Amino acid sequence: MKLERGVFAPAAVDVDRVRADFPILAERVNGRPLVYLDNGATTQKPRVVIDALASYYEHDNANVHRGVHTLSRRATDAYDAARVTVQRFVNAASPDEIVFVRGTTEAINLVAFSHARPRLVPGDEIVVTAMEHHSNIVPWQLTCEATGAKLVVIPIDDTGALRMDRAEELIGPRTRVVAVTHVSNALGSIVPVARIVELAHRHGAVVLVDGAQAVSHVAVDVQALGCDFYAFSGHKIFGPTGIGVLWGRAPLLAAMPPWQGGGDMIRTVAFEKTTYADPPFRFEAGTPDIAGAIGLAVALDYVAGIGLDAIAAHEEHLLADATQRLLAIPGLTIVGTAVDKASIVSFTVDGIHPHDIGTVLDQEGVAIRAGHHCAMPVMKRFGISGTARASFALYNSRADVDALAAGIESARRLFA
Amino acid sequence: MSGDLRDLYQQLVFDHYKRPRNHHALDDATHHAEGHNPLCGDEVTVWLDVADDVVRNVGFEGGGCAIATASASLMTEAIKGRPVAEVQRIFDEFHRMVTGKENGAHGDLGKLEVLAGVREFPVRVKCATLAWHTLHAALERESKSVSTE
Repeated sequence: MKLERGVFAPAAVDVDRVRADFPILAERVNGRPLVYLDNGATTQKPRVVIDALASYYEHDNANVHRGVHTLSRRATDAYDAARVTVQRFVNAASPDEIVFVRGTTEAINLVAFSHARPRLVPGDEIVVTAMEHHSNIVPWQLTCEATGAKLVVIPIDDTGALRMDRAEELIGPRTRVVAVTHVSNALGSIVPVARIVELAHRHGAVVLVDGAQAVSHVAVDVQALGCDFYAFSGHKIFGPTGIGVLWGRAPLLAAMPPWQGGGDMIRTVAFEKTTYADPPFRFEAGTPDIAGAIGLAVALDYVAGIGLDAIAAHEEHLLADATQRLLAIPGLTIVGTAVDKASIVSFTVDGIHPHDIGTVLDQEGVAIRAGHHCAMPVMKRFGISGTARASFALYNSRADVDALAAGIESARRLFA
Repeated sequence: MSGDLRDLYQQLVFDHYKRPRNHHALDDATHHAEGHNPLCGDEVTVWLDVADDVVRNVGFEGGGCAIATASASLMTEAIKGRPVAEVQRIFDEFHRMVTGKENGAHGDLGKLEVLAGVREFPVRVKCATLAWHTLHAALERESKSVSTE
């Protein structure tokens, strides 16, 4: 029987059941139960992902795309199947549009190197936003240095939302590449990617979306977004570190030269002339992170099994709860109050440096991030050196919000 | 609250965090250097007036967390009026104390010993040593900025 979508409301996340899937959540830190609120930095791994890594190494480990033996076939099948899982997860048109990389940073650098550098000339413009992570700024600065192109920055408003009025002015006929984050790691703001794509495509520019912070919170459909490249990291969506994804439109990938040479990316090698494999293999020189790709696929299946609609609804409640609880704390200011926002709460507390807040919370078992979050221009925009940041995931509960609020109160008492 | 946390944040640390001493630039500085902690983005500038191999005056600007600011403030009190060679010895002793190297054994450091608890918090050692590395750079007349990385 085929069920029609939308007939049932999304099932709520059963937090207790989900928490039992993540072995590390049973850990005690400084004598207290772990409260993990640093999901923006990396997420924890469910048992199925940990088991998949172990199982691969215990039963299937071999190199891919070369051996004639059984294990090599098993490893190759699993690696290729992982690519199909990723394709379905982001609704790409073909698995050949999925390039496995080390992470978001490598994906962005790949596009900067192989797509942008050969095409850009002095006078061209690369547009980014004021809320980008350093990894979506520096590769473009390097591209500008190499090509003579100019970096243009769309500002954000006082809530941390993108200034769409300025975007309309700044994306123009000189724009060749627009590189935007989907969700700001420091502020939580969600960027209206589809509208940015519309502006960029009007002027013939390609759009790269940094999806590192988005994939575990919002359903990503690259065809619906309309962008040209989408990058994300496995470890921020409950998968292993060291594996990530670049999705690119087939014609764009096909037109891009290789960026690293080696095995697996060639068709034929001769000293006179070497010919290159088609995408995605053209961009996957050397033995890939086979176990990582398999683990990532298991993580994506895990997320799909719970459902991103349910996850988003759960996190929306957590965000509302955390926002309300934190705003009740005297001297606490939330940095990043955009209407459209993911479950990230960046904040400062009068008279207490974010590092000190982080240390006090850590003593109570609460893990948050403190600092500039690799987004120094964002900090400068708000006139601060850093913030404390709590970032929520599907396994966080209201009890975690309570622990966060209690920890901040402890810091306030200590610093009173 | 844990004992370690009380050891880290002693009353004297709060006193120097909230009312840092010598927290200003020197007009007649002979040496200065800037330091930054890339982990958190904190920046500090240390100014020195050195004559006849004696640190006659010292000031600092910037700072950061309670540990970094208190350490900078206490540092200025500890080195003002001291011969440069003595300042170098205090730097070495302080470094041993907060990093726990050689079991943290160190000579008498007076008020600076209030920062000994830092060694139980390895991620905070860089906060405590930021001003000190900057002082070191200033004394060596390094014009470039230093980083705790």
